[in-house]
Amino acid sequence: MNRRRHDGPAATRLTWRDMAAEALAGVVQRPGRSVLTLLGTVLGVGAFVSVLGLTSTATGQIGASFSLLQDTTVTVDDTGATPHGSVASVAAQDAGMDAGMDFPADTDERLGRLNGVVDAGVWWNVPLRHPTVSARPEVTTAATTDSDLTGLRVLAASPGTLRAMQPTLSTGTLFNEFHQRRKERVCLLGSTAARLLGITRVDNRPAVFIDGAAYTVLGIVATTQRLPQSLLSVLIPSSAALHAYGPPTDDPAQALIRTRTGAAPLVARQAPLALLPVHPGLLHAVPPPDPHELRDRVDTDLSGLFLVLAAICLIVGAVGIANTTLVSVLERTGEIGLRRALGARRRHITAQFLTESTALGALGGLTGTVIGVAVVIGTALARHWTAVLQPYAVLPAPLMGMAVGFLAGLYPALRAARIEPLEALRH
Amino acid sequence: MTSEYMASEYASPDYTTTATAPSPVLDLRRVCKVYPGSPPVTALHPTDLRVEAGDFLAVVGPSGSGKSTLLNLLGLLDRPTQGSYRLSGTDVATLTERDRAAVRGRRVGFVFQAFHLLPHRTALENVALARLYVTPRGAHRQADAARTLREVGLGHRLDALPSQLSGGERQRVAIARAVVNTPDILLCDEPTGNLDSATAGAVMDLLAELNQAGATIVVITHDPAVAQRARRRVTILDGRLSETACLSEKARLSETAKSGRTAGGPR
Ligand SMILES: Nc1ncnc2c1ncn2[C@@H]1O[C@H](COP(=O)(O)OP(=O)(O)O)[C@@H](O)[C@H]1O
Ligand SMILES: [Mg+2]
Repeated sequence: MNRRRHDGPAATRLTWRDMAAEALAGVVQRPGRSVLTLLGTVLGVGAFVSVLGLTSTATGQIGASFSLLQDTTVTVDDTGATPHGSVASVAAQDAGMDAGMDFPADTDERLGRLNGVVDAGVWWNVPLRHPTVSARPEVTTAATTDSDLTGLRVLAASPGTLRAMQPTLSTGTLFNEFHQRRKERVCLLGSTAARLLGITRVDNRPAVFIDGAAYTVLGIVATTQRLPQSLLSVLIPSSAALHAYGPPTDDPAQALIRTRTGAAPLVARQAPLALLPVHPGLLHAVPPPDPHELRDRVDTDLSGLFLVLAAICLIVGAVGIANTTLVSVLERTGEIGLRRALGARRRHITAQFLTESTALGALGGLTGTVIGVAVVIGTALARHWTAVLQPYAVLPAPLMGMAVGFLAGLYPALRAARIEPLEALRH
Repeated sequence: MTSEYMASEYASPDYTTTATAPSPVLDLRRVCKVYPGSPPVTALHPTDLRVEAGDFLAVVGPSGSGKSTLLNLLGLLDRPTQGSYRLSGTDVATLTERDRAAVRGRRVGFVFQAFHLLPHRTALENVALARLYVTPRGAHRQADAARTLREVGLGHRLDALPSQLSGGERQRVAIARAVVNTPDILLCDEPTGNLDSATAGAVMDLLAELNQAGATIVVITHDPAVAQRARRRVTILDGRLSETACLSEKARLSETAKSGRTAGGPR
């Protein structure tokens, strides 16, 4: 079809700039109404941005506090589900395990063979009711004088456990496989335990008396990465503990594993099977919390509800814009008729009102984004967090407002275009 | 003050036609309008009407006689039921909606009884609105609007809102808006219907002045006094047009009675 008939005048047109200017004039000629119309969109977009922003900020916080240490630690608990001496225990004994404990004697080696394990070992609380721990051999007087030391505990630990703890010694050495094999009566002291016992050096080979039995102090643990209760304890080789005091009773034994970075989840899955191929269910491996899982939990629990609320706000906002645009179409019937008489085509009328509603939506979206960002930054500042605003949450927000305005304007704009100039101009 | 109206604007090549002999601006042959319904209303019986360039025609008739119907047909706001209508040589029946909009915007100027000014726009903006769909250059639109407002004697009220203008001033703004595109024809539907007689006289003076400067004008009115200012008069009664120099005595009496009843001050 010809763009221009030879006998008709050139088609009327409306440039993008003029359309935007006309729409803006329509928005600002009723500022109060425009502001009220925007509220729903502002709230919806603001809620959307702040929920996503707060979620990513909180998740970032979890990520920050989630240290490398936790990421490389796996513990294996003895569930104690089956009483000792049961079928399982008999089966366990067949597999060469210590009586009364589900962990096999070669736990350190079995775990050490797993891919990703750096060090691993078994430890437990030695089953002594009220052990008398003293730096002097006199049992009778020690019972009273050392009563304030009853907080001290005696831990049985395999050499692998000590290495997995990553301790720093202030003096001396760790006990090792040699002591373990010979069930040597040696011990390590936690820094607090050493202070309470008044022991500061080991070069003079001091001894600690546990219920009168002497244990030679090999070293003093100043700090430790894992198993912090060891600082309050006397640690003895697990073989010696088993020999002298029997297997753990009240508190079941636990395996402590230090893994390579990233290997923890895999090690946690494999450890029970490696230790008890027949009854892996008796052991429960605890991997470090997964940061992604944490974030997902925050996402679903916390923000799910708010995102639904944000969506509701957006719908309310859309209805508000649709309503206002429709009212303004009906109010401005005369204007529509006039514009048609001045050469406007139906599409120019549609475009004008659609641009008006889209501009309203965009304005609401922008305002909502600004408010949402302010909420996130304000919250982060108040809590001394680092505000994390993902571009994918912030950038589309004004566009979301625009989309809401556009959709809301469709019906009123099409209705405006259907208005006949003749009807509109009649008085 | 309106001498350049004809000289510079009206002779623009856009408005020349292909016909060798100058064709009339408006040429109606057997045009009629029947509003469907039960019973159908024949608002305009088959009518012949020619308006030459430079004419100043008044269509006079009582209320309900079909004046607005005729004007809406002339202004392409409505389509005739039958007959052919050529505007500046163009048979408008063949035009698409797009072209009809273009004819309305570029070749026709409308002046309404109720002014139809946008209340939130200044006089200047209201006049410039007529150029909005015609030319994309905003600065030119403003300049054209200002010049035309000066031509109708409102150079000092460019930035006034309609609410700050008197009825006569408002109709002057509306007339400026109607002529700013230098249309082939200026169509005025009861332009003085909302004005007192003194203001109405001034508005008719302005239309006469525009006509002197070359504008082709059709005014419809029920007021014989207003019609008296036109060069040529056509009477319409019950949808039938009759070109008479003066109204019959009976029609004149009834019209005088009607205008006495309906003429009011400015809104
Ligand atoms: N849209 C319409 N539908 C039906 N009848 C109409 C319509 N418009 C006008 N009429 C009728 O046509 C006749 C002429 O109307 P109109 O042209 O408005 O007269 P005027 O402008 O002279 O007062 C009247 O009888 C009126 O009732
Ligand atoms: Mg009428």
